[in-house]
Amino acid sequence: MSSKTLYDKLWDSHVVRQDADGTALIYIDRQLVHEVTSPQAFEGLKLAHRKPWRTASMLAVPDHNVPTTNRAAGIADPISRLQVETLDANCAEYGIVEFKMGDIRQGVVHVMGPEQGATLPGMTVVCGDSHTSTHGAFAALAHGIGTSEVEHVMATQCLVAKKSKAMLVKVEGKLGRGVTAKDIALAVIGKIGTAGGTGYAIEFAGAAIRDLSMEGRMTLCNMAIEAGARAGMVAADDTTINYVKGRPFAPQGENWDKAVTYWKTLHSDDGAKFDATVQLDASQIKPQVTWGTSPEMVTDINGRVPDPASAPDAVKRGDWERALQYMGLQADTPISEIKVDKVFIGSCTNGRIEDMREAAAIAKGKKVAANIKLAMVVPGSGLVKAQAEQEGLDKVFIDAGFEWRDPGCSMCLAMNDDRLEAGERCASTSNRNFEGRQGQGSRTHLVSPAMAAAAAIAGHFVDVREWQ
Amino acid sequence: MKKFETFEGLVVPLDRANVDTDAIIPKQFLKSIKRSGFGPNAFDEWRYLDHGEPGMDNSKRPVNPDFVLNQPRYQGAQVLLARENFGCGSSREHAPWALEDYGLRVIIAPSFADIFFNNCFKNGLLPVKLAADKVDALIKAVEAGVGYKLKVDLEQQTITAPDGTVYPFEVDAHRKHCLLNGLDDIGLTLQHVDEIKAFEAKHRTAQPWLYA
Repeated sequence: MSSKTLYDKLWDSHVVRQDADGTALIYIDRQLVHEVTSPQAFEGLKLAHRKPWRTASMLAVPDHNVPTTNRAAGIADPISRLQVETLDANCAEYGIVEFKMGDIRQGVVHVMGPEQGATLPGMTVVCGDSHTSTHGAFAALAHGIGTSEVEHVMATQCLVAKKSKAMLVKVEGKLGRGVTAKDIALAVIGKIGTAGGTGYAIEFAGAAIRDLSMEGRMTLCNMAIEAGARAGMVAADDTTINYVKGRPFAPQGENWDKAVTYWKTLHSDDGAKFDATVQLDASQIKPQVTWGTSPEMVTDINGRVPDPASAPDAVKRGDWERALQYMGLQADTPISEIKVDKVFIGSCTNGRIEDMREAAAIAKGKKVAANIKLAMVVPGSGLVKAQAEQEGLDKVFIDAGFEWRDPGCSMCLAMNDDRLEAGERCASTSNRNFEGRQGQGSRTHLVSPAMAAAAAIAGHFVDVREWQ
Repeated sequence: MKKFETFEGLVVPLDRANVDTDAIIPKQFLKSIKRSGFGPNAFDEWRYLDHGEPGMDNSKRPVNPDFVLNQPRYQGAQVLLARENFGCGSSREHAPWALEDYGLRVIIAPSFADIFFNNCFKNGLLPVKLAADKVDALIKAVEAGVGYKLKVDLEQQTITAPDGTVYPFEVDAHRKHCLLNGLDDIGLTLQHVDEIKAFEAKHRTAQPWLYA
């Protein structure tokens, strides 16, 4: 038998049928559902008098619209409230398990799923959310899909898809102190661009990836979509298996042993062929900071805002000029001289317990700078929040002047009340620095949790490596 | 879904790369539980000078005269030209819903983000990939004269310029078939119910923990 990539193995084990032109039906093991991209899918099902194929494969949670303060008062915005109530009603009608707003298990869908063991190695996972790539950290094939596809998977348990090409992103060496999975993600995007992974499924491999915790691997795979790839993945190993063990949805007893035997085969074989390979040396990666309005507009903390005159071509020059104008930045400004107004720590990229610990380690015993209007920490789930409080991290943040909030997507996309005002500049641990992403006229700089916490304390970007 | 028929339509050039779905339809409009009515808010933050929220009377809002879609010469455009990586970012299908509702039927760009590209076909919108130099030439041609139209023939897989230049394009056979015939994917997939059930039975035996 020829050598297979991890992607080959995951794809081959889920093909229901395939046409001559390569169009395939792929069986879906897990569908995660949230309130924003599901109402039209449920409505479509009803209009066609169809029912979900396998409700046990579905798990739902409201996350985008939920408030992060004063939960007891409910959702003030009537349109947001209706969307969450619609999810509640649809889940009740079809018997779909949902962790509602008051449930401690509620959280950002891509934090909640893995935390519950609802994402398992070898699975196909979909969700009407581009950051579904997160779940590939478990050696799963995980795709973000549109609402028509959400309805399609509900009705048929399958996705119509064509196989992508395979890209290997190999990160060898050891990360330096203060450098994290987020910095690897941004460095990869800086290297290949936001369309570099278009048409590919990316496997992240190499010593630096094996050294990452599951949470670090999730951060990395989460941002595969920001490199244009519909899926990111990491081979299963003991780190994966130890993380999954004992979680509520994880297999037990005899099934556990069988599953582990299978999961241990979920890696690319020696000699497996990739359509493209990208190599990075982890020891050379510095803490990353984006300066523009696309995640590929990134440099490191020792860098400067680039001069559009040095852009490689006319289209890029135009993009850079527009980005600098939107961001209110001058060419050649050192990144460390950029002052921020607000700080957001959270999201499906960096809202897990290790992210909270990393930020708290920086904030401990210090105070948020006077020029910071708001520094907020939004745990990725109720369980992350509880764990952090048990460790006393909430006190560390509050004592330093951060706000400690309830879980949700929050200011990553600002669908609830957490948003930037026009012109405000934010150090954010989220995944997108697009124009208007965190509020109309908002200016976002993507960084790791440690870098965000340090920016809150210093009032501007600083090299966190000098703090540790 | 409506059948995609050959047409000749006015072209509007959006001369930007990496147009993301947050720009195509900002998040506040994603709170809707409906599939329709997003057109007036397509490109909301570029198109209007004030901050848009759901429920506003968009006809009374101040428009940004500098934004290309607002220029009188491009009113009624059915074909949008843009640069690389169009539709990147969020998977929101509200983006193609908004573009289709606005009146667009074809987007031409050198490259598209994968999820957006898929979503277009589910909504009768045709994304066409043309080489960057061809898109560049088309953008210049459109800007050079008022009323520039392109003829789009999906059956023949061609785009024809007023000067007779023909731009052939590639399209996946399955997607072409669905667009031309206005077919719903779910109906097609459910023709294979027996195969799905057979797969499921085999899968359950191989990985019983997925069904525990």
